[in-house]
Amino acid sequence: MKELLIILMTAVLVNNYVLVRFLGICPFLGVSKKLNQAVGMGVAVTFVMLMATAATYPIYTYLLVPNGLEYMRTIVFILVIAALVQLVEIILKRYIPALHKSLGIYLPLITTNCAVLGVTINNINDGYSFIQSMVSSLGCGLGFLLAMVLFAGVRSRLEEADPPEAFKGLPITLVSASIVALSFMGFNGIIEGIFGA
Amino acid sequence: MSKLQNFIKGIIKENPVLVLVLGTCPTLATTTSVLNALGMGVAASAVLICSNMAISALRKVIPDKVRIPCYIVLIAGFVTIIEMLMHAFVPDLYESLGVFLSLIVVNCIILGRAEMYASKNGVIDSAIDGLGMGVGFTLALFLMSSIREILGSGSWCGLSIPWLSDNPILIFGMAPGGFFVFGCLIALVNKISKKKNNKEFGCHNCPSAFLCGKKDSDPCATVGEGDDK
Repeated sequence: MKELLIILMTAVLVNNYVLVRFLGICPFLGVSKKLNQAVGMGVAVTFVMLMATAATYPIYTYLLVPNGLEYMRTIVFILVIAALVQLVEIILKRYIPALHKSLGIYLPLITTNCAVLGVTINNINDGYSFIQSMVSSLGCGLGFLLAMVLFAGVRSRLEEADPPEAFKGLPITLVSASIVALSFMGFNGIIEGIFGA
Repeated sequence: MSKLQNFIKGIIKENPVLVLVLGTCPTLATTTSVLNALGMGVAASAVLICSNMAISALRKVIPDKVRIPCYIVLIAGFVTIIEMLMHAFVPDLYESLGVFLSLIVVNCIILGRAEMYASKNGVIDSAIDGLGMGVGFTLALFLMSSIREILGSGSWCGLSIPWLSDNPILIFGMAPGGFFVFGCLIALVNKISKKKNNKEFGCHNCPSAFLCGKKDSDPCATVGEGDDK
C-alpha cells in the first residue's frame, strides 16, 4: 500500500508528466485557456490513460512477450490506443450521452497525445506490475489535470497583462509555464520527507 | 516552387519548431545537451523522410477515410526500425533519449507533413520537403540545446568551457529552463520577422485535429487563433 502511494505521489507531484517530463505539452498549451475546458481535457486524459494501460499491459505481457515480439510495442500500442479511444467515444455516445457531451469533444484529440503513449511505455520500462501500472497511470492523469487547472488560473491572469510586443501570445505563455514548472520543483524530496524512503 | 525553395522553406520560412511550433515535447525534453538534441533531430528526420516518401508513393492506394490510421502504422514501422538501429549502433544515445524515441510516432511534425504535404505531392518533392523540415527541426534543436548546455552545464558537445563550467546556471538544464529558453527563442523569431502575429497554440498545429475533423470548430476555435478579439 505504501509503495502504491509512493508511485501515485511521485507521478502527481515530483515527476509531473507535463511540467517535469515534458509529455503532453500540446494540450497543456492548447486547451488551458479556460478553466472548464482544462478540467474537461484533464479528466478525459486521465480516463484514457487508465483505459489504455488496462488494455496495453495484458497485451504486452501475455501476447507480445511470450511470442518474442517486444519490438512491435510501439506499433501495437499506438493502434490499441487509437482503436480504444474510438470505441470509448462510440460507447459513451450510445449509452451515456451526458458524459459524451462534456468529455466527447476532447476524446479524439487525445489519440495522438504523447502523454498517453508515454505512460503506457513508461509503465513497461519501469517494470511495474498491473496494479502498479494502473496506479501510476492514475497518478500521471491526475498530475496532468492538476497542471492544467493551475495553468488555466495563471493564464486567466495573463490575459490582463501587457507583455512586450514580441512576447505576446505563445512566448509569454511559455515563460509563465516555466514559472509554474519552477514551483513544481519545490516538490523535490517530498516523497522522502513523507515516507522516509 | 523549385526544388531548392522547397528545401529552404523548411529551414527558415516554415521552420517546424520556431515558426510552426510543432513537436514541442521532444524540443523541450531532449535539448538538455547538444548530442542528445542532434541524435533526436537526426532520428526524427530519418523517420520523416522515409514516411514522407512511403506515404507519397502510396497516396493513391490508401483510401481517404482510413488514411490517418494507415499513416500512423507506416510511421510507427519506421520509428521501430530507427529504434532498433539506434539500440544496436548507438546504445548510449538510445538510453539517454529513452521514451522520446518511441514517441517520434506521435510527433506532430511527422503526421502533419504526411497530411499536409506528402499526401498531395510526388515522391521526390515529398522527400525534399521531409529533408528540409528535418534539417529545420535539427537546427532548431541544435540552437536551443546549445543555449541550454552552455548556460546550464558550462559545456558544449561535452567540451567544458573555462569560466562557465565553474559557474553553471543549473536551472537552464532543468524543466523550467526548457520552457523559458523556448519562449525566448520564439519571441526572438517574432521580433526578427516583425510579423504582428499573436501566435497561439491551437488545433491548427495538432495532428489530432485531422482525426477529429474539428479543425475549425469547437473546442479548437475557442482556443486557437480565432479569438484575438
